Parts: sequence; structure tokens; C-alpha cells
Amino acid sequence: MARVDVRKTYKLYIGGAFPRSESGHSFEVLDAKGRFLANAARATRKDARDAVAAARKAFPGWSGRTAYNRGQVVYRIAEVLETRRDQFVAELVRSEGTSAAKAGKYVDAAVDRLVWYAGWADKIAQVVGNQNPVAGPYFNLTSPEPTGVVAVVAPAGPLLGLVSVVAPIIVTGNTAVVVASQTHPLTAITLAEVMATSDLPGGVVNILTGPTAEIAPWLASHMDVNAIDLAGVTDAELATSLEVAAADNLKRVRRAPASEPDWLETPALAAMTDFLESKTVWHPIGV
Amino acid sequence: MPPTVPTETPGLAAYADVTASNTTLRRFLHGLPGVDQVGAEARAASLGTRSIKTTAKAHAIELAITMVDLTTLEGQDTPGKVRALASKALRPDPSDPTCPSVAAVCVYGDLVGEVKQIVGDRVNVAAVATAFPSGRASLEVKLADTRDAVAAGADEIDMVIDRGAFLAGHYLQVFDEIVAVKEACRRADGSHAHLKVIFETGELQTYDNVRRASWLAMLAGTDFIKTSTGKVQPAATLPVTLVMLEAVRDFREATGVQIGVKPAGGIRTSKDAIKYLVMVNEVTGPDWLTPDWFRFGASTLLNDLLMQRTKLATGRYSGPDYFTLD
Repeated sequence: MARVDVRKTYKLYIGGAFPRSESGHSFEVLDAKGRFLANAARATRKDARDAVAAARKAFPGWSGRTAYNRGQVVYRIAEVLETRRDQFVAELVRSEGTSAAKAGKYVDAAVDRLVWYAGWADKIAQVVGNQNPVAGPYFNLTSPEPTGVVAVVAPAGPLLGLVSVVAPIIVTGNTAVVVASQTHPLTAITLAEVMATSDLPGGVVNILTGPTAEIAPWLASHMDVNAIDLAGVTDAELATSLEVAAADNLKRVRRAPASEPDWLETPALAAMTDFLESKTVWHPIGV
Repeated sequence: MPPTVPTETPGLAAYADVTASNTTLRRFLHGLPGVDQVGAEARAASLGTRSIKTTAKAHAIELAITMVDLTTLEGQDTPGKVRALASKALRPDPSDPTCPSVAAVCVYGDLVGEVKQIVGDRVNVAAVATAFPSGRASLEVKLADTRDAVAAGADEIDMVIDRGAFLAGHYLQVFDEIVAVKEACRRADGSHAHLKVIFETGELQTYDNVRRASWLAMLAGTDFIKTSTGKVQPAATLPVTLVMLEAVRDFREATGVQIGVKPAGGIRTSKDAIKYLVMVNEVTGPDWLTPDWFRFGASTLLNDLLMQRTKLATGRYSGPDYFTLD
């Protein structure tokens, strides 16, 4: 007897668990040639709401960890991703239609990117923090603090693009709610499986799959989201409306790029500092 | 009394011989039909699946806010904290003057005066009494506790029953205690402070006991029956409240006397609150859907109701940063 196919159900990643969409809906994901690949959960505003609640709940614990420990956890994600290299190469080949060699290059770059950011975890404070010279008997310190819950509209680059946007956000202590690329959502969920087994506490990264234009406005207007990264927004009109909605509670906004950046390049420090706030403390001395 | 009640109901007097001795009371309470546990849980669960949206949801949230007994019952309660809570009870959402006040503020007896100073007669003040939460003290102590709170100006008294006596089968002792506390709720001008009787259903073990305790308290003349102190897990649950709602419904049919119900503890989200309101409507009917006959004993619930209310008004999700921590 022929063996029955075991097909994978691609679900959402919220609070460390893999729930189906609250609505029960799913959508078809096609490969590069337009053939059916799999069904993915179609997230709704309620899933976005749940994801924000999970990210908020995870924030105090994650931001309270030592930077060194956060670096270890991000490095662990790189380790686990490395062991599943072949799986990601195969997925990228199927969904993007690229050659195995090119896909391999991108997976390697994603692993390297995670390692790079893991190293930054306990160094960013030295680089962008400061002991400020002030005219008075004060010891004046500035330290970078995480902004809070960051909503991310992920870029089309299904693995390297996603990693390049999410890693700098979480390594500094923020928590993230990610709307995965609408065209390549499956790799994001496979990456979620890597995160779920990498000592990353539940809720630090939450991944939603579905139509960006339906989910993102709810995140942009959500009063409990502190910042939004429009890295993957290509429609100028949508970008403007998201920025307008984000102004309600003065969210930090990283604006949509004019075109998708080359993710293989070494990132700028702004990837991290855009979602850091400077805290300055005046401490009296000589008393 | 609402018009749906038959006029020729016998009233409490018909039960005089039931409460004459522990034997007759026991025979009566144990003669009540048993609760079908599986059925009660299934019914509560099925009522919880109703979908309440848009205008009905807005109405339910508004109603639920007016039914909240905003509660703080901690050893660490300071006068400042209860004053802040009292101000919140008056105007739960300071940014929106159309937001209604809650039903009452529920505090320990010694803090009644503090609350009263802030709320005056605009919101009721409820005090827990009778050696709350355990109820382990002599009757004299419990009555003194109650009189103190009433003298301080409490509009409502939340008493706990002696669960030990109840579980041991000393029903008449529990009955007499409720009668005595009710008497202690009398004010100098002859009016009564509203009496709520807390069963602590988490300690009563079975739904049958919840039904018996409900009838016992209602026969003793309570104004409200309340599930829990909030200090014992499980606190209020949907099936337990279902059993109590059935008891007050049957009691009104039998005697013509309407009794209120107050689930307390463990109700934290608007969704939960709406499930309770659906159940009230289905089990007892709309007569109970007012703050006079149904209350929520809660603290964190109010913030969630306010967040949902803001969401409906503004069309965007709100966050806990915009509401008080209490």
C-alpha cells in the first residue's frame, strides 16, 4: 500500500505556541511558478491583538535579561538554524525558484547575520551609550533602552530579509510582532520553529501570516505597540496610511525603504538604534 | 416587584416549619433535586459560545461596568489606595464623561469611612464582614464586625458563611448566623444595609451543596448570594453561577421574593463578563439584568471593560498604559 502523505499545517506563531488563526481561515501559498505549495493560516486583527498581548507580556522578562544572555539566545538561534540548513535551502528553492547554490548562500548569510547581532548584544551599550561631560558635580550617564513592543512588516526576502529585520530588534531587548511576507510566508513559520527550540522565551517574537494590508493597520493603530518597522511595505499609499495611524500614540516609525535593500551587505548600526531610546541619568558626585 | 411574578405566591412564611429545626432544614435541603453536574457544565459551556457583537456588545460592556463591585481586599490596602479606587469607581474613564459609574466599592470594614468620603451617596460602599475571608470567629465577633461596618456607613455587607458548620451538616447554625447578621445590618432609622452572603463555592465541594447553600441563605433572608471571597481557588465559575441563578429563579417562583446574584473572583476579561450576562439572560431572564440584581465582584475586570469600550468607540485597540494600575 502506498504511504499516505503527511502534509504540514503552517500555523501562526504567537506567545511561543503555534495556534491556527482565530478566524479558522487559511490562504493558498504558491511557488515561484504559480503552482500550489501549501495552505498558510490567514491571520486576522484578533490574531494581531493576541500577538501584541503576548509580546507585551514577554517584554519585561526579555528586556530584563542581561545583554550577555540575550546574545547567547540569539547565537543559539543561529546554531539551530545551521543544523537545519538543508531544510531551509530546499524551502527557498521551492518557494523562490532560485538555484540551490544561491539559496545556500542566503541561508549561510542568515546564520552569519544572527551571529553578528548576537555579538552586538553586550557591545551596543558601549558604542551608543556614553558618560557625558557636564558642567556640574554630576556623573552623567546615557544608556540605550529598548523601546518596547515593535510591530514589523517583514520584507519579501523570506529568510535573510526577515532575520536582518527581526534580529536587531530583539537582540537589544524589544519584543516583536511580525507580519510575514505575504508571498513567502512559509519560511517565516519554519524559522518560528527554529526560534521555538532556541531558548527564546515565548512571545519575544510572534509571527503572523496573511494579507499585509489587512493586518498591518491594526498594528499601526494599536495603542499598546511602541514602534513599527515598515521594512516590507511596497505600496506607498499603504505606507502613508500606516504612518498616519501610528501617529496616534506617537509610535516610532521606521519608514518603508524606497526599494528592497541588498540584505547581503553588512547592516548599519541604525538597524538596532532605531528601536532604542536613550536614558540619561544624573548622579550627584562629591557629596 | 416585577410584574412577571405571580401574585398569589406564599412568601417566606410558608417555609417557617422548614427552618424550625436542624432536622427539618436538613430534610428540606437534602430533598432539593440534585444538580446534574455534566449537564450544568455543558449548559454553561454552550451558553459561553454565544457571539455578542457590535451594538449588543457595546450595551453588554456598558451594563457590565455598572454591575462591577470594584474590590480591593488586601492586607496592604492603605487609605490612599482605597481613596484612589473610590475615585475610579465614580469616573472609571476620566477621559470620557459618558462612561457610567460602577455599582459599588467593596473594601474591608475599617476602610468604609475613607471610601464614603469620596463617593458619598453616588456609589454604594460594600464592606466585607464576619471575619472575612475564613469566617472563623465567634458569633459575637462577627456581629460586632458587621455593626461596625454598618455604623461606618456601609450600604452593603458581604458576609461569609461558616463553611465548616455547613459541611458538617449544622445547617441551622449557619441559618441562624445569617439571620443574626441580617439583624445586625439594621440601622438606627430602621432601614437595612443590603446583605450579601458569600458561600465560598470553591470549598463547598459539590454543586448540590451550592444549591443547598443558596436555598439556606435565601430562606434566612439574604438580599444577594455571592460565590466567593476571591481568596480561594477556584473562585467564581460559570457552572457554579448557573446553579445559583437557577436557585434564585426557582426561589422567586416559589416565594415571590427576588434575590440577587454576585459571582466574584476570577472574572478578568470582558469576554468572561459577557458570558455571565448571557447566562443571566437565559437562566433567570432580563429581570436580573440590572445592577440591583446582578453584580461582578472584580478589580482587574474593570480595566478590560474600559479597554474594550475604548476600542468600540475609537476603532483601534487600546493598551493598559492608558488605564490606572490598581
